[in-house]
Amino acid sequence: MTVAQPWVEKYRPRNVDEVAHQEEVVSTLKRSLETANLPHLLFYGPPGTGKTSTALAIARQLYGPELMKTRVMELNASDERGINVVRKKVKSFAAAAVGAPAAGYPCPPYKLLILDEADSMTQDAQNALRRTMEQYSKVTRFCFICNYVSRIIEPLASRCAKFRFRPLHQGVMRDRIEFICARESVSLDPEAFQLLASISGGDLRKAVTTLQSAVRLSGGSVDRQSILDVSGEIPQAAITRLLAACRSGVFDNVQQQVTDLIAEGYPAQQVLLQLQAEVLAAPDAPDAPDAVPARPRALVCEALAQCDKALQDGADEFLQLLHVGAQVQRALAAA
Amino acid sequence: MALWADKYQPKALDKFVLHKGIADNLKKLVATGDCPHTLFYGPPGAGKRTLVMALLREIYGPGAEKIRVETRPWTIELPTRKLELELTTVSSNYHVELSPGDVGGSNDRYVVQEIIKDLAKNRPLDVATGNKGFKVLVLNEVDRLSREAQQSLRRTMEKYSAGCRLVMTCANISKVMDPVRSRCLCVRVAAPSSEVVQEQLYAVARKEALQVCRVQQCPLREDQAVAPADWEAYIAEIAGDIMAEQSAKKLYQVRGKLYELLANCIPPELLLRTLLLELLKKLDDEIKARPRATPDPRADITELAARYEHRLQEGQKPIFHIEAFVAQFMSRYKNWQLTAFG
Repeated sequence: MTVAQPWVEKYRPRNVDEVAHQEEVVSTLKRSLETANLPHLLFYGPPGTGKTSTALAIARQLYGPELMKTRVMELNASDERGINVVRKKVKSFAAAAVGAPAAGYPCPPYKLLILDEADSMTQDAQNALRRTMEQYSKVTRFCFICNYVSRIIEPLASRCAKFRFRPLHQGVMRDRIEFICARESVSLDPEAFQLLASISGGDLRKAVTTLQSAVRLSGGSVDRQSILDVSGEIPQAAITRLLAACRSGVFDNVQQQVTDLIAEGYPAQQVLLQLQAEVLAAPDAPDAPDAVPARPRALVCEALAQCDKALQDGADEFLQLLHVGAQVQRALAAA
Repeated sequence: MALWADKYQPKALDKFVLHKGIADNLKKLVATGDCPHTLFYGPPGAGKRTLVMALLREIYGPGAEKIRVETRPWTIELPTRKLELELTTVSSNYHVELSPGDVGGSNDRYVVQEIIKDLAKNRPLDVATGNKGFKVLVLNEVDRLSREAQQSLRRTMEKYSAGCRLVMTCANISKVMDPVRSRCLCVRVAAPSSEVVQEQLYAVARKEALQVCRVQQCPLREDQAVAPADWEAYIAEIAGDIMAEQSAKKLYQVRGKLYELLANCIPPELLLRTLLLELLKKLDDEIKARPRATPDPRADITELAARYEHRLQEGQKPIFHIEAFVAQFMSRYKNWQLTAFG
């Protein structure tokens, strides 16, 4: 039996040219690739914008599939990456001499060490890398990949050429999704695409994963509903009801809505996200119906942010949502 | 005589009444032969595990129901020390089920890194018919895994996906990190509405020729009292105590009761949540009894509960936080009574 590959892997770009949307990054990198002279790299940007894909594509273009096995090492957050690993594994890889080049590829005389999700490395581990980077820069190039560039310590960041990856806008995403749909002979509604684009928020990986889940469940033709089913998105009506309950000024209504939401099993963080979108979309002119003026709006946003943090720490979903509901209600009542 | 909960539990995917849509989708998945990692999430009692068992049966046939329970000790070699732990697994020829959260503490990371990896690595034996070329690991309550353990799970999910599928269940999906979620087909299992529950109860009652509640009395009266679980009654009693008197002495008495609940393994989160609900109910009665325009104290009380429950997650001893909540509540409640009623 052939094991079906996730589409995210199947349609990962194979060379730098294919990387969607990141024109500046791509053009700069292409020039470096032609001369085969690469600086240390630091890629940062939101998830699903092609950072890992670009790094792997560079590796493939430089060394070809065979030599990649010995010349490239990829470490991500699921590997043990404490300070001991940096001291032993990374250092021994960085220090090793390079072997003979393979024919047909530029094969510059250095190895590539890709540190994916580098922002989850500890400060100590990052500090331990500083000297290693300089000492072995003749034979090894480092490529750091992270979401938050601020989590990379300054001494490391200043040793690298920084590249920012932007979230994908709809046009680019449409091209890619349509390409995949054509290859997999899937028909996608324009409406469903709109939804897919808005759910993924510029994250191409999320879009592709959602699409594949929808296809698995509903077969060859995908419509709005099947995307909605797999995305974990909460129906708009439920959020509207919650906000209406907050507007009503009666605590019981809020409690009822929150109890319902929890019983339906919706993820609390998704509730926060959609509640925020709903509040931000409301008109802010004070005389408009259902208006949310600036001050309550700010209060609501703060309540949402605090709740998200608490959820992240593992707090109880019901209590947190009820608290947010009460806060929103209070903010709106003060308006 | 089997428990009715077991007797009327649907065993096959086409027997599902409640989650018919989900069951149909799962059938389609199995039919295509391409079964992704799956994550079932939803409130307790919604039917997550029932769906998982039926899914296994759909994949492997009735053989998946021949299960054996084993508790075996594992020894894990760590660089600095040797870790010994015991883990209970439920397995058939085709699947292994375990609750890695049971190990607790930061040791759960090693369960994922060593035990689960070990189970995932070994390809299934060729057991004549029904073999799909992969086996299934059922992980219960993945939301109880620490972040490090979930990080390690990520890699395992990708590396051994050829011979092993993970089926996971959890109640609180916020605690499952994004990278794990995005690798799974997430299936939301909603709790049944009370109408559906009622319908099912009627159906069961018909089949059993209504022997319902012969324990208490038969036939049922209109206002038949359903006894609450004793711990719920106990928490309601605590709520009553707190509302009746606000003083250091009372707090001391309540503390004894709280300790008793904790000692009887009532999870502190559940305790706090139930206590809040009881207090809200009592406050509601009080507000309704005196319909003067007073500030509604319930938002404040909710805030307190949310804050202390959050701290409880970060802290070590639950009793501190629950007691702090009780003390705060007493103070707020007294103030509110003074301002509202003079």
